[in-house]
Amino acid sequence: MAEENQALKDFTEKEYEYGWSVDIETDELPKGLSEDTVRAISEKKEEPEWLLKWRLKAYRHWLTLKEPKWAHVKYPEIDFQDMIYYSAPKNKPEISSLDEVDEDMLKTFEKLGISLEEQKRLMNVAGSNVAVDAVFDSVSVKTTFQETLREKGVIFCSFSEAVKDHPDLVRKYLGSVVPYTDNYYATLNSAVFSDGSFCYIPKGVRCPMELSTYFRINAMNTGQFERTLVIADEDSYCSYLEGCTAPQRDENQLHAAVVELVAHKGAEIKYSTVQNWYPGDKNGKGGIYNFVTKRGICTGAYAKISWTQVETGSAVTWKYPSTILKGDNSIGEFYSVAVTNNYQQADTGTKMIHLGKNTKSTVISKGISAGFSNNSYRGLVKIGKNATNARNFSQCDSLLLSSTSGAHTFPYIECGNKSAKVEHEATTSKVGEDQIFYCNQRGLDTEQAIGLIVNGYCKEVLNKLPMEFAVEAQKLLSISLEGSVG
Amino acid sequence: MSLLTIKNLSARVEEKDILKGFNLTVNPGEVHAIMGPNGSGKSTLASVLAGNESYEVTGGEVDFDGKDLLDMAPEERAREGLFLAFQYPVEIPGVSNVNFMKAAVTEVRKHRGLEPLVAKDFLAYMKEKKELVELDGKLAGRSVNEGFSGGEKKRNEIFQMAMLDPKLGILDETDSGLDIDALRIVANGVNKLKSKDKAFIVITHYQRLLDYIVPDFVHVLYDGKIVRSGTKELALELEEKGYDWIKEELTEA
Repeated sequence: MAEENQALKDFTEKEYEYGWSVDIETDELPKGLSEDTVRAISEKKEEPEWLLKWRLKAYRHWLTLKEPKWAHVKYPEIDFQDMIYYSAPKNKPEISSLDEVDEDMLKTFEKLGISLEEQKRLMNVAGSNVAVDAVFDSVSVKTTFQETLREKGVIFCSFSEAVKDHPDLVRKYLGSVVPYTDNYYATLNSAVFSDGSFCYIPKGVRCPMELSTYFRINAMNTGQFERTLVIADEDSYCSYLEGCTAPQRDENQLHAAVVELVAHKGAEIKYSTVQNWYPGDKNGKGGIYNFVTKRGICTGAYAKISWTQVETGSAVTWKYPSTILKGDNSIGEFYSVAVTNNYQQADTGTKMIHLGKNTKSTVISKGISAGFSNNSYRGLVKIGKNATNARNFSQCDSLLLSSTSGAHTFPYIECGNKSAKVEHEATTSKVGEDQIFYCNQRGLDTEQAIGLIVNGYCKEVLNKLPMEFAVEAQKLLSISLEGSVG
Repeated sequence: MSLLTIKNLSARVEEKDILKGFNLTVNPGEVHAIMGPNGSGKSTLASVLAGNESYEVTGGEVDFDGKDLLDMAPEERAREGLFLAFQYPVEIPGVSNVNFMKAAVTEVRKHRGLEPLVAKDFLAYMKEKKELVELDGKLAGRSVNEGFSGGEKKRNEIFQMAMLDPKLGILDETDSGLDIDALRIVANGVNKLKSKDKAFIVITHYQRLLDYIVPDFVHVLYDGKIVRSGTKELALELEEKGYDWIKEELTEA
């Protein structure tokens, strides 16, 4: 058994595979945060006056706020003056073909195993459709497949481009789901966000391809504050994929993104995330602080928003992709796998806010804890007083891979309508030594066995991921968990 | 050359000695039945051979096809061609039998220097083996043993054995909890897998299974060692007289 534990330990302590950084000349602001920083970002991005004003309102509001302490996570004080708030690759390439992309940058993506080249190949060969908007540090470098999308009237571009080319849409929806006053990190993001992705699907259009963004934090001491806005107009559909990796850095880096989704009447947005930011080393040194605000609203009847996330990275994760079910008969779904290992901490879950009649929500959360990590599910189901016949089903399962890790569940239910039906199920289990031995006896080593068992455990969630992501997510799970029964 | 040679094997679990100088030689093509009363060490023997680390080997040696079996990790033993059909097969929720077998067969092939089978060939191979052991088609698509009846689990073990094509199959009380039809199907599966290069150790409490899988040798395990060996007639004798007469003989001696 000692040997087994050793194997598990080795697996768990596997080094981060995406730890590298590329020297690309960057154009960055000096460290520090002030009104001048906000103005400088806005100026560098040649933004209109209204946006600068909005940023400044957010910044001034932020000054009045205190960092929230309620999450079940611990980390040292963040020095917001010791960070760089804007870092852009110099000579932002204006490109029509991949050949023109900076070679180092292409190599970066190749190392990630998700290169644009590959995406392109995938599309040609297997008929797979993925459009990629790559966010390299703060500026969106490249958006592929814009042509195909344009034919359908789909807008998919960097946030900065959207500000320039579609100011009315941005102005109408920016902050409409996550107002600049929302919370400490969302407010900070509103003040200093540098770029992100923007997506608009017109009425009745079914987006012909998966829309995909890959985020990476490259430069040292840069906080990454992206802003994503996805609007699905009436009876439209889109599937949006977001993936993240960050190179290995000793100091913790802050990542405070905001994602806003708007689904109008009869529209459906499927938003999938695979997050493997650098989790820190096995002693808990370094790693990303991932403090993200993600929220969607079903504004009209029969709208649907579905969040799927596979979270394996970051030193500290603080994230609750939520859905406001305003339209009657609208649907919210949340499928989550959160893996913590070594000294990682995750406090994640969802909020389902039922306002409309016959609204329905489903929450499936799978938490997996190994090493000395802590993994918490925190969820709120709120039934408004007019939400007649609202339904919720929540299932929160925790799997422990070591006796030194922790799993916690904090479900909150607020019910304001008697006709509502809210169900909550929770389980906690350990990977059985008998399961591992059974796999061993069939020729699989302990690493493979755990990968298989954990993937099986998460199947319900992994099944919700688009094909392109499912395979990657499965590999990630195996990598981040290599061996952890104690 | 013999396939398996066990010399003076001793093992214990939780400080309790279970096997106390166990000897057995198995040649290719042979079927050995190991019988014995409850607590005699039958399942311990199976677990120790498969490498279950809950059991501590305290003495003796085991040679498997020219290699030191006790020196190998459980997965290496499996890849070398030792298969254990579990008495209580575990469930692995969410992992389909197909994927489980694909991973296992790939490892075993890799060990034998063979490329992984491409999906189409693998499915064809699987279909062939499914038919051989009369495994219900829908069981193959379900999660490993999840929600299977006792009989289905046992049949699935025989199916996995067919897939992995071992040199030595150890059946640990595969007959327990089976009705007569399931027993027949399981036994037929084993009989079809029999060949001149393969051997089987059939561990059972009752003679019943041996009506279907006819052993070349029958051994009686009692208090951690083999106390009597014979041919299938010994099994019949045991069935008739129970184990008490052996115990008595041993006490007298």
